[in-house]
Amino acid sequence: MNYLPAILGAGLVTFAIRLSFIVVLGQMNVPDSIRRALRFVPAAVLSAIIFPEVLRPGGQFDFSPGNTRLIAAVLAALVAWRTKNVLLTIAVGMGAVWVLQSFT
Amino acid sequence: MSSPRSEFLSGVRAELPILLGVIPFGIIFGALAVEAGLPPLTALSTSSIIFAGSAQFIAAQLFKDAAPGLVVVLTVFVVNLRHMLYSASIAPHLAHLPQRWKWLLAYLLTDEAYAIVITHYHHESDSTHKHWYTLGAGLALWSTWQASTAMGILLRTQAGDWLLGLGLDFAIAVTFIALVVPALKDWAVVAAALSGGLVAVGAASLPYNLGLMAAAVVGISAGVIVERTRVERTRVERTRP
Repeated sequence: MNYLPAILGAGLVTFAIRLSFIVVLGQMNVPDSIRRALRFVPAAVLSAIIFPEVLRPGGQFDFSPGNTRLIAAVLAALVAWRTKNVLLTIAVGMGAVWVLQSFT
Repeated sequence: MSSPRSEFLSGVRAELPILLGVIPFGIIFGALAVEAGLPPLTALSTSSIIFAGSAQFIAAQLFKDAAPGLVVVLTVFVVNLRHMLYSASIAPHLAHLPQRWKWLLAYLLTDEAYAIVITHYHHESDSTHKHWYTLGAGLALWSTWQASTAMGILLRTQAGDWLLGLGLDFAIAVTFIALVVPALKDWAVVAAALSGGLVAVGAASLPYNLGLMAAAVVGISAGVIVERTRVERTRVERTRP
């Protein structure tokens, strides 16, 4: 079976999606209302990636102290909030997961 | 004053922690693609032609199920729709660049690069070389993705699963936390983050990453609404005698 046409097609649509607004918005003055809405993209999308990773580890909703990723994420969020230090936040979050995992 | 070289290297450095989390998925993808029946070189080329983690996993599954090529293309399109938001979000920052830069940086625009890069753009600084930072972050991720895919193809073992068992994939979520939390500077952004996150949890079982897309739209709308009501309230208070 020749997979290449499908892979090329998939690559092309992916590239077109990523290029779309970079080209379109690059050629016009972005209206203020759009500019204001775009401010919320990082918080909205990244949280939409974070929350299921933390609250549905292994695909099951788990809001309990037994959820090591939830505890680690809360600790990491606290460190991020207090220090704004990216590396320290990652170290605390990963360290917490490893320590908690070794106890369960 | 930052030089192109120093911006490029900081972009690479900023991306490093995320790479920890990306490597297991690259290895698993490589192994999975070969298992699905793709010849090794085709499997490897997928990582440079599509260059989108979750879409590649779904494509490999579809190939395994002998789905028609058009179905693969349409599915990948839907799965990657969220990148249109990244494109719009980053567009104002790239507007001044020549076309070839726009094309190159668009090709490198993944979840993991976007998260790092948009945070850098939102930081106040007078650097005129931030596109070099973007290139550094993008290329660090790109080369890691290619290398880990190749490892998966060669090893064809449970190496990736073993790394996942160590919880390395959590490095991606933790890095995103480190980037998002300090950006929660007003209630409108908090509303966007909370509503986006909660909708994503509720809609996680929707296929093709559509839950993520719905969550993003709800989150952005929530941010806009909260900001608008707060602006109106201050206006009312000001006009009061």
